[in-house]
Amino acid sequence: MLNDVTFGQYYPAKSFVHNMDPRAKLLFVIAYIVAIFLANNFFGLILVTLCLIFFILLARVPFGRVLRSIKMILFLIVFTAILNLLFYAGGEGDIVLAKWWIITISWQSIINTVFLAMRLLLLVLGTALLTLTTTPVALTDGIESLLKPLKYIKFPVHELALIMSIALRFIPSLMEETNRIVSAQKARGANFETGGLIRRAKAMIPVLIPLLVSAFRRAEDLGDAMDARCYSGAKGRTKYKKLTFTWRDLLGLLFFVALITGVVLLNTYLLGRFDIIWQVQEWFGA
Amino acid sequence: MRIVAKGLTYVYNPKSPFATQALKGMDLTIEEGEFFGIIGHTGSGKSTFVQHLNALIRLTGGELKVGDYDLAEKKCKVLELRSKVGMVFQYPEYQLFAETVKKDVAFGLKNFRKGISEEETEAAVREALRVAGIEYDEVAEKSPFELSGGQRRRVAIAGVIVTKPEVLILDEPAAGLDPLGKKELMELLHAIHGQWCKTIVIVSHDMDEIAENCTRAAVFSEGKVALCGTPQEIFSQGEALAAMGLDVPVTARCAQLLRARGIAVETDFTCDDFVKKVLALRAAACTPAAGAEGGDDAQ
Amino acid sequence: MEDVTSAAAAEGAAASAAPELAVRFQNVKYTYDEEGGAFAVNGVTLDIRAGEFVAVLGRNGSGKSTLAKLVNALLRPTEGKVTVFGMDTSDPKKAFDIRKSAGMVFQNPDNQTVASVVEDDVAFGPENIGVPRKEIGERIAYALDAVGMSEFRHATPSRLSGGQKQRIAIAGVLAILPKIMILDESTAMLDPKGRREVMNVVKKLNREQGMTVILITHFMEEALEAERAVVMHRGEVVMDGTPEEIFARADELETYNLALPRAAYICKQLQRAGMPVADAFNAEELAEAICASLQKG
Repeated sequence: MLNDVTFGQYYPAKSFVHNMDPRAKLLFVIAYIVAIFLANNFFGLILVTLCLIFFILLARVPFGRVLRSIKMILFLIVFTAILNLLFYAGGEGDIVLAKWWIITISWQSIINTVFLAMRLLLLVLGTALLTLTTTPVALTDGIESLLKPLKYIKFPVHELALIMSIALRFIPSLMEETNRIVSAQKARGANFETGGLIRRAKAMIPVLIPLLVSAFRRAEDLGDAMDARCYSGAKGRTKYKKLTFTWRDLLGLLFFVALITGVVLLNTYLLGRFDIIWQVQEWFGA
Repeated sequence: MRIVAKGLTYVYNPKSPFATQALKGMDLTIEEGEFFGIIGHTGSGKSTFVQHLNALIRLTGGELKVGDYDLAEKKCKVLELRSKVGMVFQYPEYQLFAETVKKDVAFGLKNFRKGISEEETEAAVREALRVAGIEYDEVAEKSPFELSGGQRRRVAIAGVIVTKPEVLILDEPAAGLDPLGKKELMELLHAIHGQWCKTIVIVSHDMDEIAENCTRAAVFSEGKVALCGTPQEIFSQGEALAAMGLDVPVTARCAQLLRARGIAVETDFTCDDFVKKVLALRAAACTPAAGAEGGDDAQ
Repeated sequence: MEDVTSAAAAEGAAASAAPELAVRFQNVKYTYDEEGGAFAVNGVTLDIRAGEFVAVLGRNGSGKSTLAKLVNALLRPTEGKVTVFGMDTSDPKKAFDIRKSAGMVFQNPDNQTVASVVEDDVAFGPENIGVPRKEIGERIAYALDAVGMSEFRHATPSRLSGGQKQRIAIAGVLAILPKIMILDESTAMLDPKGRREVMNVVKKLNREQGMTVILITHFMEEALEAERAVVMHRGEVVMDGTPEEIFARADELETYNLALPRAAYICKQLQRAGMPVADAFNAEELAEAICASLQKG
């Protein structure tokens, strides 16, 4: 049966964040990412974290749902963190805790690792919140609208957006079809679960070929249907949905300007990234 | 193989906001040798149920036995079961993939019987195609995509019956065919039934098709069996079917209207039987002391 | 929204007052094979008047879908001429206007929608022909109302039933405000309930708005809803008349490999066995006829 729930992770709810203009949200996410990378010390990151928590609350999406988005890339985060921890190119004055062959673990490398992991986590959680609160369609519209200036250098913005929207629209259909073909071939004794990589790749042929054939058939049908509904490119076309910037979007924008300013201020006037080491040592009287 | 389901339950996307319960405690027994029909709306649980029968969907609640295979057992030999319970999905022609018809039909056989010889394979493919009504020499080396729609469907069916399954399940086998194509396909299924495959189960929402072809049928509604019996037993319950938003065959509808006028036609709801019974009534009406006239008087 | 509906209704009324020619086929031939192979449509001459409800019957491969695509210039005749309200479909410059007046719904409900939200999909046609934004909104409301899907305006098409998807497809065509609606086997993949839903909508459009309907189908029962039935066989029109006339010629239908609707079949069998029953095409008529015949004794 339908499996389209696993695609896209839009979480339907009525909230301030859901109602924001997708363009504004895209801009916010960009600003948010900039803030994450601007932040030079833990205070900056904590500020960004607080801001993220605030928006999650505002969006009325359960925390668990947002956190779940880490699952997919948890491996990546752990992997980069370990690499970073072990191979951190230290400088003068590092407080070395352990040293073995080319591997050095120092206070600095630990802090750097935590910092990196936090950045990655915040990055993923922030973008997840975007996809949780924005439908793929709205996102496509937003991207189309933001890319509009590129039209003047003959970039096919409309076509690109239409392709994206049709692709999104066909994902559930093709997923359903894939499920059906997989089941049908399983019923004929196909085995997708065991064997080595090559064996498994080979086992996919009876699924991929019908799927491709079907995709072509669908494309042909859709082409006819679009022709029949008078499609003839972007020329002379109007658009039904107009994205509108509202007070919400302005408010959100201001909020993020404040966030970036805050991060920059914290960078400048508060302690640097490693200063926390001295601080901690002071507290513990080391 | 006898199929016995007791209290079958199944939930799609459990523990998510999209969780839907497809089966809500389904009890159903299908005897060996039946030509069984499953009727119901989209979403009544038909597809979910039949996919349980060859473990395409693993049992999560209730009991299910197909022949000696107990689907509740973890160690149940799934591959063996699938070779004995063949399944033809809706629009099966869209699952063809190999470069030749021969290879496509042999796909299942080679999966189930590892190391089968080429001669044996060819003999089995030839036989399966013959049963499905396709001339082997004409199509064996052709690409399945060169064939007409009707032929492709037959090739797809051959690809399932090639292992001589004891039970053959077909989901909407006649969907998309024109009336003559439907009739020919049903004739094919009757030819397979009893000899090639002992039991046949079809899922259909064409009531006339069920009435004319099945020995017994079950009506699914909201994940449960609402009615079960011979077509005659099922279609005489016009009101219950209407309450579920289901049609009755033309013959049943007509018999229902005639009954309301005091004319009882005892038919099994196939067109030809209906004609025969009406003609019998007429013959009875023409002779003086006829039962049908008694009915008219009562009105 | 009202002005859109009333405009369409007024047009329909005008059409029925003086039935103009909607579609004209003049000895049309079409082949998919450019080398000049078999003709899928082979010498069809056919007039369809505005406001007519025509069912086109035939086996799979009889050329009925090709015929449908020739109407709205998706295909252009290899020989002969097709005109839609006087516009020649061979003229590429007219294609846009022809498609504006002749909308088409296809067979597979999954392959016709372009958007992931119902209203965006219905808006696609009006957007293409440059309808101003405000009017698109009105047209969406009108079209969804006409197919009884107003409450699904913000739904996702992939979660709807087959019948509902086809009604959305019809709405998508209606939003262009066409005068002709072509349904190319649009009920073939639906269950009986979905089929009924679609047929009810089509009937309503024909009766209430005077929409010209060309219904391509292989369900004989559906042809009974039409006022005229055309039977195609091997690319040619072999029968043309009211559905009742067509079904009365049962023997001829059989030679084209077509079967009667079941009620008509039973009726014919009774007549062949010498029982004097009136012609009947559905269960109600059949019951009536049998009852009358039995009581006459």
